[in-house]
Amino acid sequence: MSSKVLIVAEHADGRLNPAIAKCMRCARTLPDAQVSVAVLAADGGAVAAQAAALEGVAEVLRVDHPANAHPIASILAPQVAQLAPPFTHVLGPTTTFGKDLMPRVAALLDVPQISDIMAVVNARCFRRPIYAANAIATVEVAADTKIVATVRTASFEAVAAAATPAAVRAVSTTAQLPTYTRFVSVSAPHADRPDLQSARRIISGGRGLGSADNFALLYRVADKLGAAVGASRAAVDAGYVRNELQVGQTGKIVAPELYIAVGISGAIQHLTGIKDARTIVAINKDGEAPIFEVADIGLVGDLFEILPELERLLAARQARAQ
Amino acid sequence: MKRILVGIKRVADSSTRVRVKPDGSGVALDGVKMSINPFDEIALEEALRIKERGAADEVVVASVGAADWQQQLRTALAMGADRALLVQSDAPLESLDVARILLQLVKREQPFAVILGKQAIDDDNSQTGPMLAALWERPQATFASKIELREGTAVVTREVDAGLEVLEVELPAVFTTDLRLNEPRYVKLPNILQAKKKPLEVLTLASLGIGPRARVKLVRVEPPPVRSKGIAVKTAAELVEALQKRGVI
Ligand SMILES: Cc1cc2nc3c(=O)[nH]c(=O)nc-3n(C[C@H](O)[C@H](O)[C@H](O)COP(=O)(O)OP(=O)(O)OC[C@H]3O[C@@H](n4cnc5c(N)ncnc54)[C@H](O)[C@@H]3O)c2cc1C
Ligand SMILES: Nc1ncnc2c1ncn2[C@@H]1O[C@H](COP(=O)(O)O)[C@@H](O)[C@H]1O
Repeated sequence: MSSKVLIVAEHADGRLNPAIAKCMRCARTLPDAQVSVAVLAADGGAVAAQAAALEGVAEVLRVDHPANAHPIASILAPQVAQLAPPFTHVLGPTTTFGKDLMPRVAALLDVPQISDIMAVVNARCFRRPIYAANAIATVEVAADTKIVATVRTASFEAVAAAATPAAVRAVSTTAQLPTYTRFVSVSAPHADRPDLQSARRIISGGRGLGSADNFALLYRVADKLGAAVGASRAAVDAGYVRNELQVGQTGKIVAPELYIAVGISGAIQHLTGIKDARTIVAINKDGEAPIFEVADIGLVGDLFEILPELERLLAARQARAQ
Repeated sequence: MKRILVGIKRVADSSTRVRVKPDGSGVALDGVKMSINPFDEIALEEALRIKERGAADEVVVASVGAADWQQQLRTALAMGADRALLVQSDAPLESLDVARILLQLVKREQPFAVILGKQAIDDDNSQTGPMLAALWERPQATFASKIELREGTAVVTREVDAGLEVLEVELPAVFTTDLRLNEPRYVKLPNILQAKKKPLEVLTLASLGIGPRARVKLVRVEPPPVRSKGIAVKTAAELVEALQKRGVI
């Protein structure tokens, strides 16, 4: 049986979120998949064009409506639910956008949801992490039940660009859009840094950094590596960095090639967020810290000595390369 | 009566490291310390603070679970909830069924706010809040790190991937909590004794007219793959060398 898949596009400021190219990879691993992407926006032209340029997309459904100017779940969900009938699978990313929207869609369709697909076993059977990824569950959805799911983006590589872009079709829905939710504001994007969820390298700091000012040491190393900066919950709670830098079970799940944890003890809730990193480096003065159990390279020592030294060595290396 | 309904799920304590059963049928919970889902503790704390500010008259906690979940409901009562409801179900339920059941309680109790956790730390589903809001046809404000009640609305700061988002929702509404919303209070011994006298009502699924549908089958549970053992380096210079050797810088 073929899979007809609808991916709900996440976007902001006219840019398609990189998570969608990863959802696309997941969708394409479904048997005999035919994939459409829905772009709900006030004016979705630019985003629809980006979605159409992803390899494997059969069609982009562009749903323009002034109420879609901001991603409000109660407004988007009835529209997605109305688009859903022809599809066997409706997918969104496991981001705060997808976690907010997709369960609302599932409930409107009166079907269960599979959260956080990390692997596709077959069209109805998936693997997903539970207990902060301390266990992996294989779950199967009953026949004749439409599958609504979120995709763990750290588990899938982004698809490439399409040789020829897919067609974009403008559609409208007759869904009743509630007015009981009003968008007020969202923090401005920090374009100064690579995005955590698509970064190839990440250096994260924990409580061991000791202060917001000391994070400057970390930022300087990050600059030399072209790395994104992350943090433990303790560092965020202490006010050293902004909340959106938190990595872990309740923050962001990341999958970089290189993850450097500095002054982070390695609580299970933090480790959940970094398990898919190719190489994990731990820098911690406590040789017994649990972070060393998962580290590929461990360095026991004082971060206040190691970080400046690391910066100097990386700078010297860069100078040699030029 | 201005009422807040809070969902309470019983889960393995966040400090325990759970093990997968050898036969792959699930995780071993025998003898494991069970607690209120940490996000639900935050939900309850928020409800209690709203009541203490005079913006609510009653805080009702509700669970859909087995008889032993009464322990966590008693803890919630000791924290300060006024009364508890347990909809008894021995089999674990899908989030949509939990949401359908909570909707029945909402119809009964007519709360102006339902506060749930953003996720249960056992199944990590992160579904129930938005599902309940959809079924109830009311607004949702998920991942809340600040809730300000106004006249008939709430202004909510949400922790989203981009940073912080602010929404205004009309009441009644469903809220789900993020970690930084508040720090839950400790339970004091005299309150534990007092809580024994607070009402805890046990309901059956049948009395609510709901049959669970079990449309997602748990096929098996496995431990996660283990990472191969790493190496130790002694200096920053050795670290840079090791990174170069692995081709990651
Ligand atoms: C429901 C729940 C969800 C959670 N979600 C998350 C999450 O998403 N992400 C997350 O990170 N946490 C999360 N946590 C919190 C988690 O349990 C830990 O409390 C947190 O990760 C600890 O942060 P930390 O490692 O920075 O701090 P600590 O555990 O205090 O560790 C600090 C480390 O710094 C080292 N150090 C100190 N000084 C130096 C120095 N000069 N040089 C070198 N090393 C030094 C110490 O040896 C220590 O190992 C969650 C907890 C709960 C209950
Ligand atoms: N069985 C249950 N009984 C009461 N509340 C629940 C139950 N399951 C989930 N919830 C609530 O819904 C939140 C999210 O759970 P979940 O969708 O399973 O991640 C939890 O933090 C609880 O507040």
